Amino acid sequence: MTVRTPLFLVICLAAAALVFAGAVAVGNDYVFFAGYVILQYVVLSTAWNILGGYCGYVNFGSAAFFALGAYSTVAIYKLIGANDLPHIVPMPVLMLVGGVVSGVVGFGMGYLTLRLRGAFFAIATLALAVVLQTLIVNWDFVGGSRGAYILRPEEVPLIGSYIKYLFLVMLLLAVASLVIARLIEHSRLGYGFATIRDDELAAEASGVPTLKLKLIATTISGALMGMAGAPFPYYIGYLQPSSTFGLDYAVNSIAMPLIGGTTSWVGPLIGTILLGSLQQIATVTISSAVNLLLVGVILVVFVIVAPNGVIGIVHTYWQRKPDDFVGRRRVETDAPGSVP
Amino acid sequence: MIFSFDLLINAVVSGILIGGFYAAVTSGVSLSFGILDIVNIAHPAFIILGSYVAYIVNSTLGIDPILTAIIATPAFYVLGAGIYQIYYVSFEKRGQESLRGLAFFFGLLFITEVSLVLYFGVDYRYVEARYIGPTWHVGALDMPLRMLVPCVVSLLLIAALQLVLTRTFIGRAIMAVAQDQLALRLMAIDPIRIKRIAFGISVATASLAGAFLIIIQPVEPSVGRDYIGRVFAICVLGGMGSLPGAVIAAMLIGIVESLTSTFYGPSWAPAVSFGFLLLTLAVRPAGLLGR
Repeated sequence: MTVRTPLFLVICLAAAALVFAGAVAVGNDYVFFAGYVILQYVVLSTAWNILGGYCGYVNFGSAAFFALGAYSTVAIYKLIGANDLPHIVPMPVLMLVGGVVSGVVGFGMGYLTLRLRGAFFAIATLALAVVLQTLIVNWDFVGGSRGAYILRPEEVPLIGSYIKYLFLVMLLLAVASLVIARLIEHSRLGYGFATIRDDELAAEASGVPTLKLKLIATTISGALMGMAGAPFPYYIGYLQPSSTFGLDYAVNSIAMPLIGGTTSWVGPLIGTILLGSLQQIATVTISSAVNLLLVGVILVVFVIVAPNGVIGIVHTYWQRKPDDFVGRRRVETDAPGSVP
Repeated sequence: MIFSFDLLINAVVSGILIGGFYAAVTSGVSLSFGILDIVNIAHPAFIILGSYVAYIVNSTLGIDPILTAIIATPAFYVLGAGIYQIYYVSFEKRGQESLRGLAFFFGLLFITEVSLVLYFGVDYRYVEARYIGPTWHVGALDMPLRMLVPCVVSLLLIAALQLVLTRTFIGRAIMAVAQDQLALRLMAIDPIRIKRIAFGISVATASLAGAFLIIIQPVEPSVGRDYIGRVFAICVLGGMGSLPGAVIAAMLIGIVESLTSTFYGPSWAPAVSFGFLLLTLAVRPAGLLGR
């Protein structure tokens, strides 16, 4: 089970290359449009899980962090003004800016509310979405309530159509976020996060710097969400506050990790692939409102019936505790030779 | 902008009136979040549900929305008690209320909202009642009855709740369950039963708050989301679980919101409550009348 990080990165990149090659092989641009959304949710749910799953702090404001990333791209677009923005500022730089903006907001939010009980942080993130939306609606520079049009460039050298390029960028970001999540999980940081989740008071008493760790988690999580949002204006073409701050981002980025399993990096990935594909199918065959209802119902059923998600189900099937999967070392007190 | 005294005093009065309504919206959350420590973020969704019940009965039978809401409270009570039972068995008993319990209520919020959208669409709905049109003029003051009536009934509701909480056996047991469950058990009272009753009452208030909401403004399913930040801001600002505190905080936020929308424009009003929430959390987390 212990694969070293460089090897893990190589495996992930190989899998990503396989996904990209497969998508190209289908030869239809729709695959890229649908795939982009799923990849975007891989990043969002992994980012949510770093704070929610590892530390146990619920963030309802995924949409706000995502929108911050998207609107920082719009702001740069308006600032430079020209349609040739992608030629001057490459997409990775835009993502970096979006990530920094969201990360800073995440840090500020966390600093104000994380010293209190977890519920306050959750409520504050929920309210953050409303307030940021108010600010954006009143900020005419980025389009206000009317929204902003972004012209998507036609072609990208070497790769082809722009959506292919966006797909590739998001694929790499998804790989990056999975590697980060796994790295955190197996590091001192991850063990610190786990102590906060299990018993914050005991952790604090044992000398774990809980506030510092929580702030690190909030910042990383917020930054990744912002990075996922930065390319979004180019994907959608017309950015509007009410859709960018939509509740579906918030509910999906919570539902996906909880359905997959929150204690490991695999959980959000599994949850996203399951729920994301289901939604793509439901949107096409039924309607987008029904598919949101579906997500809500699946979320509620899962948290009641299968608290540890798909991973939990798999592991009860194998007669092991899901906690073993996290990589937390369990001390066998009754092992031969150990002193009780 | 020319500063006008009339404008100012009218803004303050309408802030107080809307504050009365906010107090009704918050009273349920004060019970569930403040006293029982259950973070029911689906409360605004139940309020919208209350609005739609009032709307359906009003548009088909023509019954007064507030009367409808009072008649509907037992149904909401049963709904609340049922939800608490699920919450208790699935989360509180297993000690998982912080992460999965929150997600559960978030899911409920989502399901309620999307179901209403699917059934009624996103059109704004409104009710008819005699007091919705006219306005009382007192000097330079304008008091629209559609604001005054909900405010007065809401204050009556909160006074009744406060009386129940401080004077009756069940009410005192509810206050006690927040402090010491074991002691309650030693008095031969089942704390789970008390919590179920309290949560039922908390959801029952949503029926009335919903009726007030649809009297004050036309309602569509996603309106509830605007109240999440506001309601919790009021609850925290007033001091967790304190109903008088909630009334004061509600009036305060109502006045500041009303002043903001009069002098800066209504599109800025939603940011007010969040500012208050952050300020309270940073400066005095115990709130105005906190324990």
